[in-house]
Amino acid sequence: MDPLEIARWQFGVTTVYHFIMVPLTIGLGPVVALMQTQWVRTGDEKWLRMTKFWGKLYLINFIMGVATGLVQEFQFGMAWSEYSRFVGDVFGAPLAMEGLLAFFFESVFLGLWIFGWDRLGKKLHLATLWIAVAGSVVSAFFIIVANSWMQHPVGVELIDGRPVMTDIWAVLTNNTALTAYAHTVTGALAVGAGFVVGISWYQLWQRRRDNIDSVDATGRVVVGENASIPGRDRKDHSVWITSIRIGAVIAILGFGGVAITGDLQAKLMFEQQPLKMAAAEGACHDGTSFSVLSIGNLGSENCEDVVAIIEIPGILSFLAHGDFDTNIKGVNTLIPEYQALYGTNLPDDPLYGERAGMEINYLPIMEVTYWGFRLMIGFGMLAAAFAALTLWMVRKGTVPRSKFMMGTALLSIAAPFGANIAGWVFTEMGRQPFVVAPNPTPGGVDGVFMFTAAAVSPGVSGEEMIFSLASLALVYGFLLVFEVKLLVKYVRGGVASAMPELAHPDGEGHDGTGSDPDDPNKPDKRDDVLAFAY
Amino acid sequence: MDLPTLWFIAIAALWIGYLLLEGFDLGVGMLLLFSTRKDRERRLMLNAIGPVWDGNEVWLITAGAATFAAFPFWYASLFSALYIPLTIVLVSLIFRAVAIEYRGKGSTDKWRMWWDRALGLGSLGSAFGIGAALALTTTGLPIDANGDRVGGAFAWFTPYAVLGGLAVVGFSLVHASVFLGLKTDGAVRVRARNFVVRWSPVALLPIVAWVLVVQFQNGTPITWALVVVAVVAVVFGWISARAGREGWAFVGIAAFLVAGASSIFAAVYPVVLPSTIDPAFNLTISNAASGEYTLGVMSVVTAFGLPLVFVYQGWTYWVFRNRLSEKHIPEAHVVKPAVAPASSASASSSSDS
Repeated sequence: MDPLEIARWQFGVTTVYHFIMVPLTIGLGPVVALMQTQWVRTGDEKWLRMTKFWGKLYLINFIMGVATGLVQEFQFGMAWSEYSRFVGDVFGAPLAMEGLLAFFFESVFLGLWIFGWDRLGKKLHLATLWIAVAGSVVSAFFIIVANSWMQHPVGVELIDGRPVMTDIWAVLTNNTALTAYAHTVTGALAVGAGFVVGISWYQLWQRRRDNIDSVDATGRVVVGENASIPGRDRKDHSVWITSIRIGAVIAILGFGGVAITGDLQAKLMFEQQPLKMAAAEGACHDGTSFSVLSIGNLGSENCEDVVAIIEIPGILSFLAHGDFDTNIKGVNTLIPEYQALYGTNLPDDPLYGERAGMEINYLPIMEVTYWGFRLMIGFGMLAAAFAALTLWMVRKGTVPRSKFMMGTALLSIAAPFGANIAGWVFTEMGRQPFVVAPNPTPGGVDGVFMFTAAAVSPGVSGEEMIFSLASLALVYGFLLVFEVKLLVKYVRGGVASAMPELAHPDGEGHDGTGSDPDDPNKPDKRDDVLAFAY
Repeated sequence: MDLPTLWFIAIAALWIGYLLLEGFDLGVGMLLLFSTRKDRERRLMLNAIGPVWDGNEVWLITAGAATFAAFPFWYASLFSALYIPLTIVLVSLIFRAVAIEYRGKGSTDKWRMWWDRALGLGSLGSAFGIGAALALTTTGLPIDANGDRVGGAFAWFTPYAVLGGLAVVGFSLVHASVFLGLKTDGAVRVRARNFVVRWSPVALLPIVAWVLVVQFQNGTPITWALVVVAVVAVVFGWISARAGREGWAFVGIAAFLVAGASSIFAAVYPVVLPSTIDPAFNLTISNAASGEYTLGVMSVVTAFGLPLVFVYQGWTYWVFRNRLSEKHIPEAHVVKPAVAPASSASASSSSDS
């Protein structure tokens, strides 16, 4: 068994999985914080309900991101020890900064938020959420800085064949990192917003299906209530209609941000990793045309079998340079250039194991880059289009009774997730055969690069890697079932699932009296039942 | 003091901070395996660590990442050599974290029982694996000139690994009991105090043995002095626990850990990972460290970030300083679908408009 292949599969599987939870955390967090801010500002209970409900789903998801993030940090050392030795001087620093300057804030303040409902004043309690959310957003920055260094190594000098950090500022302000960070955060907002839209649609639909809400002759909503169903009062309607509108607007804005930052990223990538972009475009020969559809054997190394079905002249040039007539180098031109710069064969070094001296294939798997790139864009556009459609369809205050439309809305939640996954698979597999891509831009440190084949742990056997891959995949699959199960259960429960007092409206409230925690006349807070307990 | 030494101290401090804080979280998880069957008592124990456990775990993440940043060769060699035990640690930590969050979100006894088991075994696996890893980095692993493990997937499995594993498991059980004695009231408090008095002489034996093993191999007068401090602290802690002085018991056990673990790190300095094949292959603070510039940057970041962590994490403990008892634990909330029963979906029409 080849440890390298297994280690790559493991990194791919665990990272994609981790990045299902993470964008939802990053995207939903600010939305919940915004809702609680509105509650503190206006005192309208609608906002409190929104905070509690979306906050509950946020937490169910958050913990999975935390748990799977540990694997990410450990596996560099476990499976990629040569990589860790090579890049340690520069790559460990952003990871440590993430822990010290971001993740500590996120975890400690989220604990305060979860348990602090009746222990902290309203404004202080709101602040704990904002700090936790800021922690997650800053955390993403340091992780992207680390990843971007692998795409575009800067701020280092080669000493004894090893990159040694000389400029932390250059590492933190790496242009690749800044654009990738903006792209990632806006992409995460699209994920969080799409989640809110899909679930709010279901809730509005459920209210109509249960004949709680109806529409008048002009199609305008007539809000009702049903006291026998927990939480389905009149206020409940405003929770969902406000949520769905907020979600749709953020989804559209998020997509706009994703498109703008994606364009900036592509322009950088044409410079920094030209072969990745050429592979993403299926651009075999030099030219200016953008391929809308290409068929044939995209995996063929010399592009002989690739047939462009639909091409638009000028667009590729526009994507790369902002004009329509700059010639863009294709795969067939770039490969000899890479061979001239970085060699035709892997070095005869024991680090490469059986691969020592083998010919290097500089072309990433073109099916993956080509379709990954298109799926990313396609899913993103689909999600944004649905959000726009939603905004128009709910203009009269509710959603149609169509079960099919409701199903589509729930399904649309998956689209931004799909775009995120496709984008990461594209950019990570497009970097191959390098784990640290060379930096051919002027002023770059061009000697700093590392082949993935040299990065894996030399002392770890294929059997050990199989053991970890199988265990983690099994555990991840198992836990995903439970996460989705719980999310579905809490969604079906409506706001009452997060606010037990709505389920028992007549006295015997969950937290005793439901009194204001700020009330200074209260006898002794210490005897209260906890507002939240595991 | 040179920067690698400073960073050796910083990483030792991060690991000690981790054991000091997460020790009682892991211990509470393990105690759930056997200490009580009453759900309300179990929830009381869990909620005693509820607001703080996640923040405590960040010490582990930061310790790992700081090792990567400051001593990449140590990080790479240790983590790859301990491939199997660290895989078990990861799976354990995942189950533990998810179990804490999910156990109360189901409505059946079976659901809670299985998540409690996941929580208990996850805590046990994490404590044992992390203990084994820490013991091995102080007693040595068969690593070659490149820092790679030789001798196969189970070359790490030595008496020292078992000793280290038992050391952290035993310490966590005692530490958690001292913590529960301090933070809870009622039957849980009484049981926790009795556990400390009866079992800590046994449960703390492995950690004492680990300390002594390292001291006999590398001890200096200073590190032996730390051992004396640790022994005094643990005796003081035990006497305080027996006298029902829970606050002092906690101080005693915490001081025991800090002094004992410090004596270990101080004794092995400047070696961070000894090679059991050839001392020439030892990883030390000089051949495993990052460059001066990186260590300098990390020092500035830590000098700014870590005191801040002390402040706000300390504040969390202040906010949740009150003892919890069973009366504070709310009824378990049963989540029901907010939909009309299938038959009456059309009957219960909108009330008014």
